[in-house]
Amino acid sequence: MSLRRPAKDQPESFEFNASSMEAANVIVAKYPEGKQQSAVMALLYIAQKQNNNWIPLAAMKYIAKFLDMPYIKVYEVATFYTMYNLAPVGKYFVQVCTTTPCMIRGANQLVEACKEKISENECELSNDKSCSWMEVECLGACVNAPMMQINDDYYEDLDKQKTLDILDKILNGETPKPGSYRGRINNEPENNRKTLMDLKNA
Amino acid sequence: MLKDQDRIFQNLYNDKGSDVSSSQERGDWVNTKEITDKGRDWIINEIKESQLRGRGGAGFPTGLKWSFAPKEVGSRPHYLVINGDESEPGTCKDRDILRFEPHKLIEGCLIASYAVQAHVCYIYIRGEYFVDGQKLQAAIDEAYEKKLLGKNAAGTGWDLDIYIHYGAGAYICGEETALLESLEGKKGQPRLKPPFPALIGLYGCPTIINNVETIAVVPTILRRGAKWFASLGREKNTGTKIFCISGNVNNPCNVEEEMSIPLKELIEVHAGGVIGGWENLQAVIPGGSSMPLIPKERCETLKMDFDACVEEKSGLGTAGIVVINKDQDIIKCMARIARFYKHESCGQCTPCREGSGWMWRMLERMAKGDATKDEVDMLGDVTNQIAGHTICAFGEGSSWPVQGLLRHFKKEIEKRNNLDPIVQKKNNIPYLVDQHLLDKKNA
Repeated sequence: MSLRRPAKDQPESFEFNASSMEAANVIVAKYPEGKQQSAVMALLYIAQKQNNNWIPLAAMKYIAKFLDMPYIKVYEVATFYTMYNLAPVGKYFVQVCTTTPCMIRGANQLVEACKEKISENECELSNDKSCSWMEVECLGACVNAPMMQINDDYYEDLDKQKTLDILDKILNGETPKPGSYRGRINNEPENNRKTLMDLKNA
Repeated sequence: MLKDQDRIFQNLYNDKGSDVSSSQERGDWVNTKEITDKGRDWIINEIKESQLRGRGGAGFPTGLKWSFAPKEVGSRPHYLVINGDESEPGTCKDRDILRFEPHKLIEGCLIASYAVQAHVCYIYIRGEYFVDGQKLQAAIDEAYEKKLLGKNAAGTGWDLDIYIHYGAGAYICGEETALLESLEGKKGQPRLKPPFPALIGLYGCPTIINNVETIAVVPTILRRGAKWFASLGREKNTGTKIFCISGNVNNPCNVEEEMSIPLKELIEVHAGGVIGGWENLQAVIPGGSSMPLIPKERCETLKMDFDACVEEKSGLGTAGIVVINKDQDIIKCMARIARFYKHESCGQCTPCREGSGWMWRMLERMAKGDATKDEVDMLGDVTNQIAGHTICAFGEGSSWPVQGLLRHFKKEIEKRNNLDPIVQKKNNIPYLVDQHLLDKKNA
């Protein structure tokens, strides 16, 4: 299990803004009547998005009231799942996959690049407070290893230099193009494709 | 090699686009009504005859699973849940289905929902695949627009609504009952079985849970016939499968191939061979990280299917093949997998919560050569005390890779870790708490 603690500095209050409220109502309607608790995970995402990539305790209390469920149940969910950030992570949150398939293809170089560009330790904000990084478990893009995720986007087939370039861009406030950085198309075997050739050449 | 026309996922590399019209060109949604008109029993029988086994890891026969759903809908509605919480290290096949072949999945959902009499289907996608989930959502929206979903979906007379539910980074939610807990808005901790979800599942209602790939191949099987599907592969291991080949190969890739294809052919032909040549191969994890590794000698002849892998005391799992060559430290690789399981244990059962951490710490020490001789056997004991003593299969999943390492690379561990368990002179080993007893001064 991973140890997760809420941030020390917490805002006083939290409320959904108009667009979040609209999105939340759409989500609650997906589930049968009386089972609105199912929406808690999606609502936590909405709160996280609205509140600059992290979830304050006030948001959990707000969601508990919104869904008519005990606060502790929301707290349980928010601390159990690792994608909910309980402390500020900055506008750009870099997650580097270091599980075995990425590790044996050199994920440590990506970690080195993050240490150089962002901060010495993981889960630590960069100097301008815009960015942080952490090592995460398998992100499910193993044939594109090594890879990292920045906010929602996957950056695949990286090495140290390419990672440094990407990090330079996000530190300048740009959003680099997601996808493979070796120029290959999706998950096809690079320069070695033997299947579905008529489709490729069609 | 499998002929191209026998490949189910024609758009695996997104040559054609994933919208409705290009999917229809590939044969999706063409005669859905004709299929459902043949009736539930025909569909379930056809799937049984095709011998389709679940693609999520356990390999449970899909037709049989569907037949567990109650024949009549009582006071509780039925649900279909699609498991797209693909988090097993080495596996990335569902992602390609979600983003490039969404209509195979959606049509499969419609047919499966009809077969198990569900009017609502939830697709559970891991939170990291948000972008891919958005692509699936766009496909679902398009299907609603073209009246392929909703009331009287695709003219079949069956009403179906499909909703996407995102997970949030918990590997354990790939376990079916933990997935249901997560869908209900709780912590993803597995439930005791029985009762099985087919009778008491989501919100206490009968629920059928299938993997993304399993459901996505269903329409093609019904179109081309169970006989065609059963003719591929071998008895009880039929059909095609998406293999994800990652690790130390020249061209890591996803490729759809026939079941029972030799592992060597997969690696040499499709993945461009092992880096440094076949002789440089050290071991292969055949089915995602929770399956025990197989050393090089056995890889020469291994056929990739459920039963052949079991004979090698491993498993096909999700067919996420991780190739490890001799440049890698095998103990370190397994220590990293153990760290993954330590991180992902849900914390419900003590043997798993504590044991996964033990295994990780011991393996980390063994990788450095800091362990004593007798700890090698102790590690084996720890794995045996986890496997089979937990609510869900996570206990097995976390201890099997370590058992595989001990089975095939014990000599390597022993060579590196030859410290004497009796401490002769004072060297500061923090985990030896009774070291003071051995010091002459205190004795």
